[in-house]
Amino acid sequence: MLRIQIIIIIASLAFLFLVFRMVIKGRLREEYSIIWLLFTGILVVFSFWEKGLLLVTNLVGIYLPTNLVFTTSIFIALVYLLHLSVVASKLQKQNKLLAQEMALMKIEMEKLKEKESK
Amino acid sequence: MVNILIIIPCFNEQASLPRLISDLGNLKLSEKYNVSVCVVNDCSTDDTKQVAKNLDVILIDLPVNLGIGGAVQSGLKYALLNNYDLAVQMDGDGQHPPAELQKMIACYEETGASLVIGSRFIVKEGFQSSFLRRLGITYFHWLNKFFTGKSIYDSTSGFRLFDKKAIKLGARYYPDDYPEPESLVFFSKAGLAIKETPVIMVHRSGGQSSIRSFTSFYYCVKVTLAMFFSFIRKP
Repeated sequence: MLRIQIIIIIASLAFLFLVFRMVIKGRLREEYSIIWLLFTGILVVFSFWEKGLLLVTNLVGIYLPTNLVFTTSIFIALVYLLHLSVVASKLQKQNKLLAQEMALMKIEMEKLKEKESK
Repeated sequence: MVNILIIIPCFNEQASLPRLISDLGNLKLSEKYNVSVCVVNDCSTDDTKQVAKNLDVILIDLPVNLGIGGAVQSGLKYALLNNYDLAVQMDGDGQHPPAELQKMIACYEETGASLVIGSRFIVKEGFQSSFLRRLGITYFHWLNKFFTGKSIYDSTSGFRLFDKKAIKLGARYYPDDYPEPESLVFFSKAGLAIKETPVIMVHRSGGQSSIRSFTSFYYCVKVTLAMFFSFIRKP
């Protein structure tokens, strides 16, 4: 086994462990952990199964296996970043709605309080 | 009886607010108008909240800072909830003299438009703002003409009157930051009649404009994009 293989295996397993721990502690929601678990899993598989990476590289017609790894990981990171922006936009929308509802409710509450004290 | 809600979005306006409210209180409108004033405190860091509490106004106190659009929308939501006939958005910094309100209402009565905009530019009098700002406003005039087919000169004006239809639409959707030009595209696509009437604006008596020089480039890009997307979005 190559030295780089061992390093990658250790790194991905450590990463996998980190993701697991965060989900268990409730710091990462399950739906966001899926993508991390999936791709760390793929990384682990290919670091053991070296021939598999070559196979896929030849299949899509890329010259070097490293290029395949870089291209796919950058692409996936981009898509995931877009997804996070969508999540942030949704949260902002909900946040605004909640703030407005709350402020309007405060007025209603004051009105009720006044009525009661009369 | 026509119930009017004056919506004043405020971010750190403790200095100018008391005078504005007292000016509004002294305003003489015809008998049939019943005016209520609503201050929207957009999570100010100064004493705006306390100042407004001591005044005879409805106070919408936002727990987080939503920006001018979110603040105005809160006022529109209140107007919708309490069945107001008209809503008028007015800056909290004293830029829009309450006396000019009569012109807006007169324009509404005359034309029956759903949205009346108080404009600095139709008649050249009063405060005309800086060169760069005027350049930006010319650009938005052109952009608005392109997107709405209407010639609206002062598309960035924050002095506007909404009728029931516009209140309902605005309560449902109103852009967050720099909302004025974009909302024009939105309202015009929804088929509302928009009219502009000349008003006199004065220099700010305190506080800071939401449009400052170093952000103005971002402002142009963001608003242009927002107008474009409002234009292609189905209403």
